[in-house]
Amino acid sequence: MGLLTFKKGIHPSSRKDLSMHKAIKDLLPKGNLVFPMQQHIGAPCDPLVKKGDKVLLDQKIGESKSFVSAPIYSSVSGTVLDIAPRLHSNGTMVLSIIIENDNNYEESHAMTPHKDYDKLSKDELIAIIKDAGIVGMGGAGFPTHIKLTPPAEKPIDSIIINASECEPYLTCDYRMMLEKPNEIAIGLNIILQMFPDVSGYIGVEDNKPEAIKAMKKACENLHNVRVIPLKTKYPQGAEKQLIYSVTGREVSSGKLPADVGCIVQNLSSAYEIYNAVINGRPLTERVLTVTGEAIKEPMNLRVKFGTSIQEVIEAAGGFKEDPIKIISGGPLMGTTLSTLDIPVIKGTSGVLCLTKNQAKLEEESSCIRCGKCMSVCPMFLNPTKLNSLVLRGKYEDFEEYHGMDCIECACCSYICPAKRHLTQTFREGKRTININRRKK
Amino acid sequence: MYTVSSSPHIKSNNSVQGIMRDVIIALIPATFAGIYFFGMQAFLVTLVSVLSCIAAEALWQKLAHRKITIGDLSAVVTGLLLAFNLPAAVPLWLPAIGGFFAIIIVKQFFGGIGQNIINPALAARAFLLASWPVHMTNFTVDGTSSATALGILKTGGSHLPSLMNIFIGNVGGCIGETSVLALIIGGAYLLYRKVISWHTPVSYIGSVFILTFILGRHGLMTGNALYEIFAGGLMIGAIYMATDYSTSPMTKNGQLVFGIGCGILTTIIRLYGGYAEGVSYAILIMSLFVPFIDKFTALRVFGEVK
Repeated sequence: MGLLTFKKGIHPSSRKDLSMHKAIKDLLPKGNLVFPMQQHIGAPCDPLVKKGDKVLLDQKIGESKSFVSAPIYSSVSGTVLDIAPRLHSNGTMVLSIIIENDNNYEESHAMTPHKDYDKLSKDELIAIIKDAGIVGMGGAGFPTHIKLTPPAEKPIDSIIINASECEPYLTCDYRMMLEKPNEIAIGLNIILQMFPDVSGYIGVEDNKPEAIKAMKKACENLHNVRVIPLKTKYPQGAEKQLIYSVTGREVSSGKLPADVGCIVQNLSSAYEIYNAVINGRPLTERVLTVTGEAIKEPMNLRVKFGTSIQEVIEAAGGFKEDPIKIISGGPLMGTTLSTLDIPVIKGTSGVLCLTKNQAKLEEESSCIRCGKCMSVCPMFLNPTKLNSLVLRGKYEDFEEYHGMDCIECACCSYICPAKRHLTQTFREGKRTININRRKK
Repeated sequence: MYTVSSSPHIKSNNSVQGIMRDVIIALIPATFAGIYFFGMQAFLVTLVSVLSCIAAEALWQKLAHRKITIGDLSAVVTGLLLAFNLPAAVPLWLPAIGGFFAIIIVKQFFGGIGQNIINPALAARAFLLASWPVHMTNFTVDGTSSATALGILKTGGSHLPSLMNIFIGNVGGCIGETSVLALIIGGAYLLYRKVISWHTPVSYIGSVFILTFILGRHGLMTGNALYEIFAGGLMIGAIYMATDYSTSPMTKNGQLVFGIGCGILTTIIRLYGGYAEGVSYAILIMSLFVPFIDKFTALRVFGEVK
């Protein structure tokens, strides 16, 4: 029997060799720290501090009353210099708290450690996870406590840890599996404790045999957990594709994983659940990969939120070649940054610096109907058709042809011989339709 | 300021030029076979055809103030395929007219690459056949006129060439269609390079094989199916023309439907029609059904229960 996988998809060059053998190093920030009040999907936080206030490490500095949100904590101790809009990695100006670091890292001990987590109820655990500000750390940033509270009429039988790390270049999840496998296993066990009769799965692509070995060892004593080697193929880590690979179930249009009895959690989110429950630490830092052909010493760093991308790049020895693109995240779904004066936030899984040889800027030409886009689309859509519909402003037809099911994985744009900007037009189509829906 | 753009930030090495280059490489064996069996005249016809296609594309795009795209090599492919569909003995002005007709009327008038609804080379061949039927049916081998195998099958008369001769291409016919061996070598290359998939050629050739055997020229179940698929333009049509991206379905199921449709039409024309050969018309007609086939063979969307 072959490895478990999904249908279609692409095989880009992995480029993980640049950083996969570098152990995680801690980076202490030198400059001021910037905390955008929006680092997650949902309502933005309101600042809980004001200019001139003294703050402590692990002190809550932003929170929203809305259920769909996640609080924000200071990653250092120091003084609030300003509260003002600052450039966010999504390209917009977002209200941010700027803190001057006093380098004392004086802790607030706001949260309580619970070594005996098995004595906590589900509600208590959810409260801790919500309070710690944990979100999906693969990039999207959906609040974890919401994922863990599916409606009662949707019984859950599978918890899947997404450790596929299918984006080229990124290696932070890989390093976490090598260096913190037991902590990740405990994090998963905490999640499993919240659901009766569930099975836990850790899906890892088979190009990471060391990680598979480490996780198998860490999960030896967890009888209801299985480490699942998956075929190395992009986008193996896309939620719907991962669920299909592991369980064979398809999440249909507009439905959620809970509709097929599944909850998918990012690997780093599982680690953070461990850190919040066992150590009583909120989410204030993350491991990211700083890499790309333009970087002198690609590596994996544990970075405190608010640290500027500039400092992250300096820590990796700076540039050895002029980069043309600085990307937050991976090369297929990441967003480009216009400057380096942007802070690391909860969803910054990588800082990828590509030269003009990798990030080629190519002009698009006419579609030749080769059908390659259809043969790679993991959602089985017709990208070239959808592309022409958006370009002609036919948004109703775009919906009819299932354009809203596009997961923006960019397989179609990657494979297209005419270099058409397929994914870009789908983003625009989806956004326009969502705006029109809200108007109604 | 660094470049800001929508993802993906890395792309595959696929290019339109690369695909067309692969098609040209795949056509090299058939080009040599054509020159070997039909002499220098075959080379000159091919050269004129290719040059006129390139010139027509450049001229039209210049006059229309469009970006000149002859670098994508698609005009070269059209030129080669057009020449392959002409007898070697045609006067050289014939491929020149054919090239201009193919590129300007059939391709550019419909919007250029990817937009034409029928294959430019095939449409030009049909146009030339209707306009200059004598030139277009003057098949020669070694300087002497020679009927095609299908012509002999249709009207009877002279001696049928051997299966071996029609396999290697030593028979009367168009420049690029006679050598089954050379065409299959090129087809294998295209499959290996994933430029085409097996669906259209196999369903097309397969259905002609089955139908000609069943229907037979001398009554039911009497057909010499192997001879039928090697003779005439079926190999070049099924491997290189019916797989033309612009004028064939994009889904695998659609390609199977398309291939079978071509096979049925080809067999009907060959066995019961007025012409000895039916490949060009079969493909031209089926191309008009492509939007229809695409619609009814649309893929099931992920998660959708049909």
